[in-house]
Amino acid sequence: MIRKYWERYKKLRNSGVLGINCRNVHYIGTYNPRCHFPNVDDKLKTKLLAAEYNVNSPELIAVIDTQHDIQSLSEKVANFPGFVIKPSKGSGGKGIMLLEQHTPGHFQKLNGQAMEESTVRLHVSNILSGLYSLGGKPDVAVIESLIQADPVFEDFSYEGVPDMRIVTFMGFPVMAMIRLPTAASDGKANLHQGAVGVGLDIGTGRAIGGVQFDRPISHHPDTNNALTDLIVPHWDRVLDLAARCCEMSGLGYIGVDIVLDRRLGPMLLELNARPGLAIQTANAEGILPRLRNIEALGKVNFTTERRIAYSKKYFSRFPESDSDVIHYPVSPDSVTSEL
Amino acid sequence: MKSRKPFYAFVAVLIIVGVALIGYRTYEDGIPLSPKEKHVVWDLEATVSFNAQNKPVLVSLTRPEHQSGFEVVSEAGASPGYGLSLIDNQDWLRAQWSKREATGPQRLYYRVLVSESNHDLIEADSAPPTPSDAIWEEPQRTVAEQLLAEAWDRSADAHSFTLELLKLLNDQQQNQNARLLLSESMRSKAEVAVQLLNHANIPARVVSILSLEDGRRRQPLQQLIKVWQDNDAEIFDPNTGQMGLPENTLLWGNYGHPILEVVGGVNSQVTFSIIRRTEPLHGATTQLFTPNVLSFSIGSLPLAEQAMFKTLLLIPIGALVVVFLRILIGVKTSGTFMPVLIALAFMETTLVTGLVGFILIVGVGLFFRSYLTQLNLLLVARISAVILMVIAIITLFSLLSYQLGLTEGLKITFFPMIILAWTIERMSILWEEEGPRDVLTQGGGSLMVAIVAYACMSNDLIQHLTFNFLGLQLVIMALILLMGSYTGYRLLELYRFKPLANSISEQ
Repeated sequence: MIRKYWERYKKLRNSGVLGINCRNVHYIGTYNPRCHFPNVDDKLKTKLLAAEYNVNSPELIAVIDTQHDIQSLSEKVANFPGFVIKPSKGSGGKGIMLLEQHTPGHFQKLNGQAMEESTVRLHVSNILSGLYSLGGKPDVAVIESLIQADPVFEDFSYEGVPDMRIVTFMGFPVMAMIRLPTAASDGKANLHQGAVGVGLDIGTGRAIGGVQFDRPISHHPDTNNALTDLIVPHWDRVLDLAARCCEMSGLGYIGVDIVLDRRLGPMLLELNARPGLAIQTANAEGILPRLRNIEALGKVNFTTERRIAYSKKYFSRFPESDSDVIHYPVSPDSVTSEL
Repeated sequence: MKSRKPFYAFVAVLIIVGVALIGYRTYEDGIPLSPKEKHVVWDLEATVSFNAQNKPVLVSLTRPEHQSGFEVVSEAGASPGYGLSLIDNQDWLRAQWSKREATGPQRLYYRVLVSESNHDLIEADSAPPTPSDAIWEEPQRTVAEQLLAEAWDRSADAHSFTLELLKLLNDQQQNQNARLLLSESMRSKAEVAVQLLNHANIPARVVSILSLEDGRRRQPLQQLIKVWQDNDAEIFDPNTGQMGLPENTLLWGNYGHPILEVVGGVNSQVTFSIIRRTEPLHGATTQLFTPNVLSFSIGSLPLAEQAMFKTLLLIPIGALVVVFLRILIGVKTSGTFMPVLIALAFMETTLVTGLVGFILIVGVGLFFRSYLTQLNLLLVARISAVILMVIAIITLFSLLSYQLGLTEGLKITFFPMIILAWTIERMSILWEEEGPRDVLTQGGGSLMVAIVAYACMSNDLIQHLTFNFLGLQLVIMALILLMGSYTGYRLLELYRFKPLANSISEQ
């Protein structure tokens, strides 16, 4: 029994699987300065930064920060067919309300159920008084436009919208996965609740293999489509968005959540300063060798394009797709010396 | 990456110093490492407090004497500005403090080491005292005589008479006479009983006992009565009628003298702090009088503080358990150190009562908390409401269990209410966000950690070590630091990553 576990311990260590203790001490503790955490924990701040750094994210319609402003809510959203109200410092997706209005002033939920304006106002009022926020502190309500999900993933999701998670280290996209909502997860893209995680090849955006509840699966449990058929379009734009988030947030080790919009392409949904470890299971690969590869580069000042090219070169599973990749010298050392 | 060498050096220094201190205590002070080689010594401290009235003060406190099962090892008193003499009068052992003039609140300390011994001592006062002439005024006199007559009819000798009399006195609901006697007089039940017995010409007197329970502070003495039948004396508990001296009790004042007498002061009071030690007799004696700086023992503190430290020094053990289970095993708990506080509560309630109580409170709390969810309250108000709810639940359970005759249920009040309220709040949010499964994992995890922490903290050996060897705290600190820098996998991660390990080996 102990021997079996020790064997597994060695196997995991040798294949570079990152554990929570190591993540907390070596990556979050070392590369994510505490003072920059608000950049990702405060969604309004993330949004403003994204605008400043030209990172594509859902349009900010309005910020409501006083109870008095709630009066003008319907005025502010008048020109938007769909919008999202969320607490700026909410945690775990609490207090997020998605609404559509086909005729001005008549709100409805995405499933068509009508919402009284007074209910929406009460919701905003609750957000302001901190009902959904960490520690119950007073908060502000952020209103942004509703993402029109790209239909490419319709074959692979049940109800909700799939989102991509890209772990980015020092500006290099390191590992990626897409989270597909299932009936078990109640249409939410939350792995913990039973969404399917599908590892994505960094070079191409092609699916590698899927997991649900940390167990490997090959087909989506609700739509029964083979997960390996999934390919993320606009992959280069996705990588570009992810790569630019490190500078923007000031954090070295982050999880970037991205959603594909039908018209506007990849959109930054939010950042996470403590990305989980399930991405390794989805990719059937440890993340440590890739992180160490980048650490071995030392302090380099690559452009975003070069960082992406580097990641594609060294972290891709499908070498045959290298044709459209800019070629760089083979070893990390020679890349550095080239500068 | 910064060099870890200074860190490991620091940890090594902590361990070396810690072990050296432990070694010093073992070899120099002769404290055994294991409580099995123990010689149990009770360290008792009486605290006398009163308000002086700007007059000469004379305080007499009865001291305990050698008796069956216990031997007085050494005594000392502390009281700045007072003259103190230990008076070894044959029939009244007492400590006497005196001062020409004192004002305001005063505190005097008397400390005694009593060791458990096996030899029986023949009681010095085998001769019965002559019954004192009790003077009753009307209507108490009639009432007392009615009571005595009733008990007399139902008894055969002095001891059975006492039992019957106590039954009558304790049956105040039914017996009007008993109620009248006890409520009219300023005296305690024991004193009234002795007076009644003396009135019936039966030799009897009040004796005071201290029930020895480790770590108690501000304990009062209890009064029992001693009744003679010819030359055969027996002790009775006036409240229960139980015969004989209870286990682990020390007679404190056997001769009917007042325990505390204060001249020149008002509102006098005496309370006791109790600590159980497992030191060799010899070591304990020297320590009481010459505290050694190098020994780093809390033995040099007043007893009341020592009793507090006894619990305080166990908390690092709980913390160590939490660190181990969270970092090395990966157990999820709700609230980082909540399990340690729950474990502390378990120490007071005993494990099973504590577990049942905890699950009851949290379960019922969660049920009511789900109603609060619908009210959409702000956090502070919501937590406050939960606190009130917890207190209501505790009160209700205490009342219910008392009515049902389960005195164990009263121990539920030992739980820290604020912590319980937060636990309920967190669990309830977890339930809404992640579902009941996570509530069970985290709640179960917390309880598991609490049980392990309790098992460690209530262990005799660990209690002995933490209390006697302060150096151990340094070693614990070093262990916690070491575990804090562990970057390997947690045990539960090995389980979680099993599919990953399998798919890696397939490639």
